[in-house]
Amino acid sequence: MHISDHSPAAQIPGGAVFPHRHLTGIEGLQPHEILFLLDEAEQWVEANRSRAPGDRRLDGITQINAFFENSTRTLLSFEIAGKRLGADVVNMHAAQSSVKKGETLIDTAVTLNAMRADVIVIRHSASGAVKLIAGKVDCPVLNAGDGWHEHPTQALLDALTIRRRTGAIAHRKVVICGDILHSRVARSNILALTTLAAEVRVVAPSTLMPAEIERMGVTPFTDFDAALEGAEVVMMLRLQNERMNGGFIPSTREYHMRYGLTSERLKRAAPGALVMHPGPMNRGVEITSEVADDLERSAITEQVEMGVAVRMACLDVLTRRSLGVEGWA
Amino acid sequence: MTRAFVNATLVCPNSGVSTGTLLVEGDRIAAVGDVVVPEGAERIDVRGKLLAPGIVDLGVFAVDPAAFRAGGIVRVGLMPDQSPVLDDPGIVERAAKAGKPDLWIHPIAAATRGLLGTDLAEMAINAGAGARAVATGRRWIGDSGVMRKVLRYARDCGLTVIAHAEDGGLTDGAVATAGETATRLGLPAAPSMAEALAIARDLMLVEETGAALHFRQVTTAASFDLVRRAKARGLPVTCGITPAHLLLSENTLNDYRTFAHLSPPLRSESDRQAALAAVRDGTVDVLCSGHDPRGPEQKRLPFTDSSEGMAGAETLLAFGLGLVRDEVLSLDRLFALLAVNPARVLGIDTGTLAAGSPADLVIADADAPWLISAERMAAKAGNTPFDGLPVQGKALKVMKGGRFL
Repeated sequence: MHISDHSPAAQIPGGAVFPHRHLTGIEGLQPHEILFLLDEAEQWVEANRSRAPGDRRLDGITQINAFFENSTRTLLSFEIAGKRLGADVVNMHAAQSSVKKGETLIDTAVTLNAMRADVIVIRHSASGAVKLIAGKVDCPVLNAGDGWHEHPTQALLDALTIRRRTGAIAHRKVVICGDILHSRVARSNILALTTLAAEVRVVAPSTLMPAEIERMGVTPFTDFDAALEGAEVVMMLRLQNERMNGGFIPSTREYHMRYGLTSERLKRAAPGALVMHPGPMNRGVEITSEVADDLERSAITEQVEMGVAVRMACLDVLTRRSLGVEGWA
Repeated sequence: MTRAFVNATLVCPNSGVSTGTLLVEGDRIAAVGDVVVPEGAERIDVRGKLLAPGIVDLGVFAVDPAAFRAGGIVRVGLMPDQSPVLDDPGIVERAAKAGKPDLWIHPIAAATRGLLGTDLAEMAINAGAGARAVATGRRWIGDSGVMRKVLRYARDCGLTVIAHAEDGGLTDGAVATAGETATRLGLPAAPSMAEALAIARDLMLVEETGAALHFRQVTTAASFDLVRRAKARGLPVTCGITPAHLLLSENTLNDYRTFAHLSPPLRSESDRQAALAAVRDGTVDVLCSGHDPRGPEQKRLPFTDSSEGMAGAETLLAFGLGLVRDEVLSLDRLFALLAVNPARVLGIDTGTLAAGSPADLVIADADAPWLISAERMAAKAGNTPFDGLPVQGKALKVMKGGRFL
């Protein structure tokens, strides 16, 4: 299968390029739709770097970031993305909201809707929670991570990073290593990368590997070294604290021994292989500082930068219909 | 007063399907078959429709008379998972009376105090208060020592133990069966083997104790194989299933449909096929609704936060008749699974059309088409995974103890 890495659909006029009302996941997106979002993000990468006077195309719209689960980086990234485009951004932290008082998720959604948000960005600890809310509100909903299910903007920013750093996504050999079982980052990346025809290998101890993962079009490995052979991109996942000691792996030092990305281990990958991590990193556990800080190989800070650009693109594209942008109404 | 049901398609699990007349005197069936209608009897022309024993629904979680009547259900075995738990004679006695006058409620008492799986409940005292069996409830008893004592003691009391069979260590936190669907949805999942593992242990304990054990729901190929072999060896083991596991598989969970959040969870398509085969070959003894109405406050939630269970009472008969149409089983055997077999588990002499039996009857139209609608159900809540499905077959009239409901 040949898939170009740039969107042929960029020439398709109007909203047909991206006919989705919400971005609840990568699942269901066509290759050209993913590429369209990446292409859209490119302009924001340049704009953000040039620090030119802003494009305020989202002036006057209200963006609510409803985060039912703690987050610093993603929340900040969405907030900056919205503000760069001129949106009025409001953050709702569930930790200090009525959710703690027993209000149901649906009631919260209805409340946000009644406040006439123009776009809602949601993070929630339960898989499927974002889809549930999307069905109850009138405005576009953007998934900023739901349980173990999806984190689509992470996958988009990762794809953009890979495309910019290696020139292509199709046929790239990509290794995703870590807690695949509990990782929405892994699921969204698997969906995005396989949709764009990359060759994806997933690596985890069997205790952290979901059942029938191969049905998602990836090759599972338990041996990190074997998976690394010829890899062009090595994506490390964060190991959550609560899984570290005895629950799923015996200890962090044993995990590091078997699955830690070290300079030595990285030699098995293709020369110049790209190293990625969605952050925040556990230095010395899944990745050594030597690898993480190697500017030649590590794209970790660039991922953060791409995150803002991708989120600007998503906020822009999803609000075009309601703003009546020509060709999208 | 004598009532004569004439022109009936008589469906009896023991004597088969025939055309004829059934006489009811007082609260009992007086005669059946080719009988002369006595002078002065009230004639009820059934017009060829089915006249069958009233359904005995083994293992429901709520007292929901409207739903049971709509479903042709005359008796229910009520699970001990109530608030408060059915583990005390006063509570058992009150539960037994809660259905009067339209419904027989046969309480199933908790096998362990508070259903906690640690200390034996007062089985004999609770049986004296009306309990017809004891159960582990929604949960599995993880401690094999406790389960062994439950089985030994229940055997002494002449009570069947009704067990939930899923190894709790494997299912802890799980809401789905491990596989592609759960993996894609990012839902906590347990391997289907959790069920067979629990059944294997319990069968060993049955072999040793000789206690009668009923697995309320068996849903996987490996589990059916174990039960089949245990029955062949003559162990006193029976098992049940709900229509959901016969008709739906795990892909019903797509889009996080919480009405499909069941316990045990929906299984793979190959397990579903194995379940149909187990109904066909007689491994399955009981078809039950698992009736568990849950309102939006428990279902309009993210999948992992939602409660398990489905409102199944009023769709049970239609799906049973559907299995007959699909030639999975015969009409008379369907009513073995719906009436006489569950009655036997509860130790009640009913569920057939034999003369002398209680006049608990249902008149049903096997072909009447209707649409399952979550919004229009008689049940306390409309949490059916079959919303919008057209089905055939419904109860027209229900008689309990010689009295039309």
